[in-house]
Amino acid sequence: MPDRPLAPALRPFDAVGGWTIAVVESLGRFGTFFAEALAALVTPPFKPRAFIDRINFIGYRSLLIIFLTGAFTGMVLGLQIYLTLVRFGSEAFLGPAVALSLIRELGPVLAALMVTGRAGSALTAELGIMRITEQIDALTVMALSPMRYLVAPSILAGLITFPLMTAIFDVVGIFGGYLVGVKLLGLSEGTYFGEMQTFVDIGDIMVGFWKSVSFGVIVTWVCTYKGFNVGHGAEGVASATTQAVVLSSVLILVWDYFMGSILQ
Amino acid sequence: MIKVEGLTKSFGRQAVLRELTIEVATGTITIIIGRSGGGKSVFLKHLIGLMRPDAGRITVDGVEITRLRGRALDEVRRTYGVVFQGGALFDSMSCWDNVAFPLREKVRTPRDELVKRVEAALGQVGLEGVGAKYPAEISGGMRKRVAIARALVTEPEIIFFDEPTTGLDPVLVNTIHHLILDLHRRFRFTAVVVSHEIPEIFEIAETVAMLHEGRIVEIGPPAAIQASTNPVVQRFIRGEADNSEER
Repeated sequence: MPDRPLAPALRPFDAVGGWTIAVVESLGRFGTFFAEALAALVTPPFKPRAFIDRINFIGYRSLLIIFLTGAFTGMVLGLQIYLTLVRFGSEAFLGPAVALSLIRELGPVLAALMVTGRAGSALTAELGIMRITEQIDALTVMALSPMRYLVAPSILAGLITFPLMTAIFDVVGIFGGYLVGVKLLGLSEGTYFGEMQTFVDIGDIMVGFWKSVSFGVIVTWVCTYKGFNVGHGAEGVASATTQAVVLSSVLILVWDYFMGSILQ
Repeated sequence: MIKVEGLTKSFGRQAVLRELTIEVATGTITIIIGRSGGGKSVFLKHLIGLMRPDAGRITVDGVEITRLRGRALDEVRRTYGVVFQGGALFDSMSCWDNVAFPLREKVRTPRDELVKRVEAALGQVGLEGVGAKYPAEISGGMRKRVAIARALVTEPEIIFFDEPTTGLDPVLVNTIHHLILDLHRRFRFTAVVVSHEIPEIFEIAETVAMLHEGRIVEIGPPAAIQASTNPVVQRFIRGEADNSEER
C-alpha cells in the first residue's frame, strides 16, 4: 500500500525520526558484530594461524613507524620540556616529565593513532575488497564463519599488539628524550634516569597499559566492522577506509579522556 | 530437490522477487536466464542462504532453509558448492591452497588424501601444474576453472554457478560450459546455473527458467523455451530491446 504524503509541517519530525532509527539500527549492528566476534573468539575451533598472521599484519609491520614516531615524539618532548623547566631551574625533572607524558598519555594515544593509520586502514581495505569480491560470501557458503577466520583473530591481535606497540613507543620515546636532554643539552644521565625512577610508579604504567588494551579493541572493532559492511565498488572501499580511520581516531581521543578521568 | 515457493524480496520500495516459484529436480542442470537487474543474483543468494526473503520458502531435500540459522543452515551448506561470478578466490592463497581450503577447513581431510583430491580436482578442470600460482597471476578463464575445482573438491550434492562465463571470450565460454556438462555427467550433482549466455547455454541445460521482473515467466526444456510464444522470452532470446522499457 503506498504511503500517504506527509503534511509539510510534519516532515522535519519524519526526517529526525528516520535519522534516529537509522542511528539506533547502526549502533545495534555495531554491537551485535562485536558480540558475534567475541563469541567466535571464545568458542572452538580456534584459528591460531590466522591469529599469528594478524599479529604480523597489525604489530610486526607497524614496528618501523612506531620506532620513528616514538623517537621523534620523545625528542620533541625532551627539547620543549627542557626549555620550559630551565626557566624555573627545574631541568632535573626532565626525565620524569618525559616519561610520565609518554607512559600515561602520549605513548598509548600516538601509538594507537599510528597503528590505526598503518594497519587499521589496511585491515578495512583488505576486508572491504574481500567483501566486494565475494570472498567473505565464499567463506560463509562453505559453512565457515568469517567472524572466526577474519574478525576474531584481528581483535585478539589488537588486544595483544597495541600494548606491545605502546611499550616500544614509550621506551624509544624515553631514549629520544635522553638523546636531546642528556647528549645534546648536557643534563646528567644519572639525573635523567634517577628522577624517573623516583616519580614513575607501576600505577602510571598500568594507566597506559589499560588505555592501549582498550584502544586495541576499539581500533580493530571499528576497522573490521567498516570493512565488513563496505558499500559498492572501489568507492565503497575508499569511503569505508576513510570512515574507519576517522572514527577510530576520534574514538581513541574521546575514550582516552574518559580513561584518563577514571584511571587518575 | 530444491523447491521454491512464493519467494518475495524487496529492497526499500523496489520489489526484486515477486512470489517466485520453481522446482529444481535432483541431478539435473537448471539454467536461470534473464536480463541483468532482473533478480537472478538475488534469487541465487536466497538459494545459498546469503539473503532472507520477505515471504515465501525454499526447501532443499525436504529441509526448509529459509527458517534455518547458524549451525543448522551450515549443515545444509555443507552439501553445497558455489562458483561465484568473479570466482571469489582467496587472493592471499595460491590456487592449490584455494582448492585445498574447503577440504582442510570444512572436511578436515588427512594430508595424503587432501593432496590426491586437490590434484584430481585441478586435473578435472585442466589446470595441472598451475597450483603454485596466485589468482592474480592467472587469466580470468583459469580463475573460473580454479573456482569450479574448489566448488567440486568436496563432492557437493548441489553446485550453484553465478554467471560462470561473464567476461570471457566465446571460446572460453564454450570451454566452461562443456566443462560444467562434463563434470555433471561424471559426478551427477544438481546444478543451478545463472546465466545470460544465449543461445550457448541451451547446449548444456536440461531445464531453462526465464526470470523476468522477479517472477519465473517460462520454464521447460531448452527446445520448449526457444519455441515459446511468450514475447518476453522471445525478445530476450533474440536480444531485442523492450520498447516498453525505453524512456
